[in-house]
Amino acid sequence: MSTAADSGTRAGAKDGPEGEDAGGAKVNPAPESGGERYDAHFRVWRGDAEGGGLRDFTVEVNEGEVVLDIIHRLQATQAPDLAVRWNCKAGKCGSCSAEINGRPRLMCMTRMSVFDRAETITVTPLRAFPVVRDLVTDVGFNYTKAREVPSFIPPQGLGPGEYRMQQEDVGRSQEFRKCIECFLCQDTCHVVRDHEENKPAFAGPRFLMRVAELDMHPLDAAEESGLDRKTSAQDTHGLGYCNITKCCTEVCPEGIKITDNALIPLKERAADRKYDPLVWLGNKIRRRA
Amino acid sequence: MATGTEPQQNAGPRPGGVREGSRAAIAAPHLRTDRWWLAPAGTALGLLAFVVYSTWRAFANADYYAAPYVSPFYSPCLADNCHEMRGGPNIGLFGEWWGLSPALIILIFPLGFRLTCYYYRKAYYRGFWASPPACAVAEPHKKYTGETRFPLILQNIHRYFFYAAVLVALVLSWDTLLGFRDAHYEWGHMGLGTLVFLVNIVLIWAYTLSCHSCRHIVGGRLKHFSRHPVRYRLWGWVGKLNARHMQLAWASLISVALADFYVYLLASGAFTDPRLF
Repeated sequence: MSTAADSGTRAGAKDGPEGEDAGGAKVNPAPESGGERYDAHFRVWRGDAEGGGLRDFTVEVNEGEVVLDIIHRLQATQAPDLAVRWNCKAGKCGSCSAEINGRPRLMCMTRMSVFDRAETITVTPLRAFPVVRDLVTDVGFNYTKAREVPSFIPPQGLGPGEYRMQQEDVGRSQEFRKCIECFLCQDTCHVVRDHEENKPAFAGPRFLMRVAELDMHPLDAAEESGLDRKTSAQDTHGLGYCNITKCCTEVCPEGIKITDNALIPLKERAADRKYDPLVWLGNKIRRRA
Repeated sequence: MATGTEPQQNAGPRPGGVREGSRAAIAAPHLRTDRWWLAPAGTALGLLAFVVYSTWRAFANADYYAAPYVSPFYSPCLADNCHEMRGGPNIGLFGEWWGLSPALIILIFPLGFRLTCYYYRKAYYRGFWASPPACAVAEPHKKYTGETRFPLILQNIHRYFFYAAVLVALVLSWDTLLGFRDAHYEWGHMGLGTLVFLVNIVLIWAYTLSCHSCRHIVGGRLKHFSRHPVRYRLWGWVGKLNARHMQLAWASLISVALADFYVYLLASGAFTDPRLF
């Protein structure tokens, strides 16, 4: 997730030539010929932490455009002070997360062609986080949670450049590394979205996935250094709050199977440690042997 | 800067959901325009239909055996008051004192397996408990502790129900084999019921083996797949099945009810089993 200091966060755009917003972003010009164009009805949330509401706009749409194009056109033509965070416009930076018709999505990856032309399209900021202004929210909660996850612990006796891993051992973790940190999963997770009071105790799907990634890492030496990630997932990061309703998986723009491949395996690993006497006994016997 | 990466002073937890004070001031609990209610409503109706049907059949204590078929709801039959089934799964573990329907003894295991199943949890948390009803649709509850406390913390024993479900599936496989007899217990025959049972047992096994706990037990708990090539391969196979866990959960739920209903029709004399050979 980019920060507000990124070049893509634009609010208070100056007057400029049409076709380019004040930040230098290209706004798709209306095609001279070919391609269809129509006017779409948008409702965009405007305001800040003090208050705000949905404002109506009619904006031109051209064939092949995505919602972010329309927001840029809106910024360039009707609402120059509209704040929106964006960066790569290619679904890889995770900056332009918003809620489009109530569904958490990346604006740059939501094609206008998926909507009916007569439909009113509502764009709001992420509703799980404090709003800063217009479509920009304070996602600091996620950085706090990121810091709470102990990082990779290097194995003893191996220096940089000496790590050797088999592909089958790293395959699982690689899926989780596709995460672009758009925080849509964090936004849609009802544990914190609907219950602000759970934020201190619950890391959210993105960071539980990080715990799973490290616990499955073939060279992570957490256990040898006294850190049991399986237990801490439950005790420190609030894994037990997850009731695996799969919304994180549904909204992930990278198609990561967060629930099936990270959260449920992590729950099973935590069950090994905390709720399964047979596994506990087996481990005891193995250690004795 | 609000979006900076510096730690912020934690002002302590504040109550409230999507309408919490610092969030965008939007009064509506959700702004979804699609038919988000369709999936949870369909799920709730489907599960409710099965609960009603299976409750009736489990308590009926009648019409569950029509040689050579025994209803999967009554197998294995662990009480003395079971219908006599030659070569069938009669094991009078519970003796004569058990006067209720014998289905009630055994159904606790498949019921527990499905109740604690990761797919069904999603289904009933959404469909019945609205927690949440759908993604980005505000839930109606003021407090939420998830699976951190009793009774929902018991969901963690899913793997034990998986072990029991494997044993039940083995018995149902034996029942299917017994279906290759005719009504006089002669081997080498097959009827429409045999086909119904075959489809059912394939779906039961596929659902049981696609379980997330099974995936964990066969290989998921390993850190180094490269040191356990056989388990890695098994994990891969179970993973492929696991991707269809939801579909298999529904298919096997329907097939087990249909298999039971087929036996009910035969046992109640509604029609006779068409013999294929």
